[in-house]
Amino acid sequence: MSKDIKILGTGCPNCLQTITITEKVVNDNNIDATIEKVDDIMNIMSYNILSTPAVVVDGEVKIRGRVPTKAELEELLK
Amino acid sequence: MFDWIQNIADWFVFDIVNMSSGSHLAEALNFFIYDTIKILLLLFIIIFLMGIINSYFPVDRVRNFLSRNKLYGFEYLTASLFGVVTPFCSCSSVPLFIGFVKGGIPLGVTFSFLITSPLVNEVAIGLFIGLFGVKVTLIYVVTGVLLGTVSGAILQRMKLEKYLTPWVRDVLATAQKEQDSFQEEHQTTSKRLSIIWNEVIKILKGVVPYVIIGIAIGGLMHGYIPEGFFEKYMSKDNLFAVPIATILAVPMYSNASGILPIVQVLVSKGIPIGTAIAFMMAVVGLSLPEAMLLKKVMTFKLIGTFFGVVTLCIIISGYLFNVIL
Repeated sequence: MSKDIKILGTGCPNCLQTITITEKVVNDNNIDATIEKVDDIMNIMSYNILSTPAVVVDGEVKIRGRVPTKAELEELLK
Repeated sequence: MFDWIQNIADWFVFDIVNMSSGSHLAEALNFFIYDTIKILLLLFIIIFLMGIINSYFPVDRVRNFLSRNKLYGFEYLTASLFGVVTPFCSCSSVPLFIGFVKGGIPLGVTFSFLITSPLVNEVAIGLFIGLFGVKVTLIYVVTGVLLGTVSGAILQRMKLEKYLTPWVRDVLATAQKEQDSFQEEHQTTSKRLSIIWNEVIKILKGVVPYVIIGIAIGGLMHGYIPEGFFEKYMSKDNLFAVPIATILAVPMYSNASGILPIVQVLVSKGIPIGTAIAFMMAVVGLSLPEAMLLKKVMTFKLIGTFFGVVTLCIIISGYLFNVIL
């Protein structure tokens, strides 16, 4: 089943970095996933987070308020 | 405590590069090397310590604490103190603001947190110890925390809820208190440490260029501007110096890492420390980019009131600093 990944963030450097890392991890490991950037503040707030960037996998907030490492994302997405 | 760093700087400048002591360039270089090593070391230590605290008290937990507990007037101080240990990223200020208010935390308490967070943080504290010593650092931290506390309490009195943007008011009206939805990440100590370590390296990488450029500019000014140069223009007796410095600084933006090394040189060349710190607080704490971000949740009137109250409090602390130090 394809994983649904959402990256929440309003476009700050940390959020952009998170997107780059996630894309790389997905491509390098041939993970079947869609990556969506969510930058609308009202939409972001519906996930009940306080700090960005955040990574949401299949509707569940997995990472909040920091840029994840590659190893962490690999573990999360496998 | 830092003698050994001075020895390294002396050894490098006078023995390796073989400059003669007393020349402006040699002094500037010596100052630059000494300051850079000392400050990076201090930054590393403080960022690491704050990282540990923050790992156990993430901002989600802070919000739950503030919205659950009745603090009988101490909520402003508590929010302000939490602001110290929470690393601040200006792009998180909007989600944080809405999240706090949505959790039933009063507007003024939220402001207390938002004011102190950028002013007093790990980077500012590390730099302050390195540049001004422990005593001035303590006074700065206490002033920063009180500034957030007092400004928050004043803003709360002004009943500003009606000046939030309409969609935020809708969110507030429909939101039930969301408190328990925060799932704590379960982490082993080793995973926690590796996350903290990564954050420390990331923050350091982010501030190092600013610190080095700041110290380099500071070093040049240190070597070439004569002692007491600014005293002519900005003495303690000049009552307008503090407000003018503060108001000039409000639209400017830099993080603490860029501005502090320069502030230190200004102080060593005769600008009173209260005036310099008021300038720095206004640069770091209030800025046009921040106002633009807050526009999403606040009307101009609210942003104006917020900036006005904080500016006023910064000016007052500037005068206080000049009197105490």
